[in-house]
Amino acid sequence: MPAARRSRAASTAAPTRRSAPAVRRPGAAHPQPAAGSPLAAHPSGPPFGLTRDQLHRLLYLMLLNRAFDDRISTLYRQGKISGGAFGSRGQEACSVGSAFATQPQDVVGPMIRNSGVILTRGLDLRRFFANYLGRATSPTGGRDGNTHLGDLSLGIVAPISHLSALIPVLAGVALAFKLRGEKRVAMTWIGDGGSSVGDFHEGLNMAGVMRLPFVLVLENNQYAYSTPTASQCAAARFADKAAGYGIPGVTVDGNDVLAVYFAVRQAVERAREGNGPTLIEAVTMRMKGHAEHDDAGYVPKALVAEWEKRDPIARYRQWLVARKLMTQPEEHALDSRVAREIDLACEQALADPFPEGPSALTGVYAEGGPGASR
Amino acid sequence: MRAAEQSPGAGQGPQAEEPTYIQGITEALREELQSDPNVFLIGEDIGTYGGAFKVTKGFLQEFGPARIVDTPISESAIVGAATGAALMGMRPVVEMQFIDFISCGWNQIVNMAAKLHYRWGPSVPITIRGPSGGYTHGGPFHSENPEAWFCHVPGLKVVAPSTGWDAKGLLKAAIRDPNPVIYLEHKFLYRRIRGPLPGPDTVVPIGKAEVKRAGTDASVITYGSGVHLALEAAAELARQGHSVEVLDLRTLRPLDLEAIVATVEKTGKVLILHEAHLTGGVGGEVAALIAEHAFERLDAPVMRLASADTPVPYSDALEQFVLPDAARVRQALESLLDY
Ligand SMILES: Cc1ncc(C[n+]2csc(CCOP(=O)(O)OP(=O)(O)O)c2C)c(N)n1
Ligand SMILES: [Mg+2]
Repeated sequence: MPAARRSRAASTAAPTRRSAPAVRRPGAAHPQPAAGSPLAAHPSGPPFGLTRDQLHRLLYLMLLNRAFDDRISTLYRQGKISGGAFGSRGQEACSVGSAFATQPQDVVGPMIRNSGVILTRGLDLRRFFANYLGRATSPTGGRDGNTHLGDLSLGIVAPISHLSALIPVLAGVALAFKLRGEKRVAMTWIGDGGSSVGDFHEGLNMAGVMRLPFVLVLENNQYAYSTPTASQCAAARFADKAAGYGIPGVTVDGNDVLAVYFAVRQAVERAREGNGPTLIEAVTMRMKGHAEHDDAGYVPKALVAEWEKRDPIARYRQWLVARKLMTQPEEHALDSRVAREIDLACEQALADPFPEGPSALTGVYAEGGPGASR
Repeated sequence: MRAAEQSPGAGQGPQAEEPTYIQGITEALREELQSDPNVFLIGEDIGTYGGAFKVTKGFLQEFGPARIVDTPISESAIVGAATGAALMGMRPVVEMQFIDFISCGWNQIVNMAAKLHYRWGPSVPITIRGPSGGYTHGGPFHSENPEAWFCHVPGLKVVAPSTGWDAKGLLKAAIRDPNPVIYLEHKFLYRRIRGPLPGPDTVVPIGKAEVKRAGTDASVITYGSGVHLALEAAAELARQGHSVEVLDLRTLRPLDLEAIVATVEKTGKVLILHEAHLTGGVGGEVAALIAEHAFERLDAPVMRLASADTPVPYSDALEQFVLPDAARVRQALESLLDY
């Protein structure tokens, strides 16, 4: 995770900060970010002081994110995953770009569509697959599934299903940093739908009042299950909610990995310097159903087609190639590396043992001090 | 309800010069703040104001704002933040201004904190304490005894002290425990109960009941305010020649099965008493344990006495009618002794 300084080039891609909240008629569509890609705004040469390797890593992580989700989808169809399988197709830039802006000492709380965050923070792929597959080798040992996993050695706090519940928890992580005078930042994610749940308000309000080193990334992917954003929120932009908490609210193109990275990095630096939390709305699109069982028949096909043109991975790849930041052999090497890693890790996880039934009865209570594990 | 005795030295009656129950709570917090830099307090109006019941009076000056954290009115965020801080190695102690408002933090307690260790390993050493209970004309929203809500949740521990000694010792144990502990202090007892307090190195272990009065003819198994009703009734019955044992559960999850079975084996007759509502209360669980583990030692059907299955009403006349009192405990015991 880079700690690069902002270059001059970056300022052209600065996220829009809106001040006066507008009121939107219920049912009216949420405004979209300007069509022109902020990616296009970067002049040639690596932006934000990111090295060529780091720029490649961003692509690698997004490719890994997509390949991982695709393999999960396949495993689900093969009946090898019994619980829900939630993908993040179309939203890889949100997860990867934001997590890439954190430092190893920071702590993140990914949500269900943030497999890219977990991968960016470096969880071993095999253990990740194992969590979906309910294996003993996973971070939860089969006690929870999907992205519901935590690993404090990687600074990952596990979500629960209840939307927005992680916001106060990560605010509390940030509170611990603040009370102890540590320059560390806590970050979590929420959806457009999840922003309607009470802990969004309580957590963000508390973080604002206490000026906690906290960043909340709101992925506005147009839908919450079948509910469109217009039925979720009457404010013009989700980022406008920040005004009520006295913190900056930033709207950014969630399909532009560099724009997400840049906006989040600014927020992270702001938090680290003791200047309080930021709400970042990344505007994006959920390109599949809510989960594998859902064909998303309620989403207009034209809308999906429009967003398909803005696929975050294709856009970024083209940008890298056009700016001669990646050669064709490098591209091929990345693609085959991702395929190889996914194949191997999946195969290993499928061969991993299931936990023993009676082990379910252990570890309800902790013994010993904080940090104690089963 | 009349203030009564406490352990140790149960049966001695109130001594004006001895510290109050609420002082036991304050002392435990102060000592744990002094001895463990990871301990901090978080809640509403606990700093400058010193807490709605003044449990933390003067703490802000004594320990500073990094140890005494005032919050917005956000019970869910307070519990959630405590959990997050605990994950970073701290030992937060949450104050609910009134325990009734713990319902607003429900999800964070039962889904986040309680299941966390089981799901992915880290411990969650948080204590959530607050004033519970009736007899204060608090009405439907300031009289709650919510223990049964939480006793149903794997991963939580639940304690409910009846004396200053236990209040202090159990709070220290709760703060040092690596699990989320719901600590229910009884606000009617706050300044009515006096007695000795343990020193700084004594904890009352979680999971251990205590016989507050020894007896041979019948047992009252109870906790919290019920202990004082039972002691009062037992003292009256003693004058009629009956020997009633009072077992104070102190911890409601996990229950002290050994102590429950021991008192049944001793007396063969059991009255289970609690201030919380009858249906779905902790008493049902105790009765089931007795049926499973000591059925053949019973000389009478297990009896239960608890609050009526109504919200706790405000008006004195109504509140007195639905909450248990010593006279009703005595009546119940008399019929049990006659069986
Ligand atoms: C409190 C709560 N209510 C309902 C649900 C069921 N649920 C899971 S995901 C979801 C939609 C979430 O939408 P959004 O927050 O926009 O996230 P997205 O799925 O679009 O990533 C719902 C309703 C839940 N998990 N939590
Ligand atoms: Mg959504």
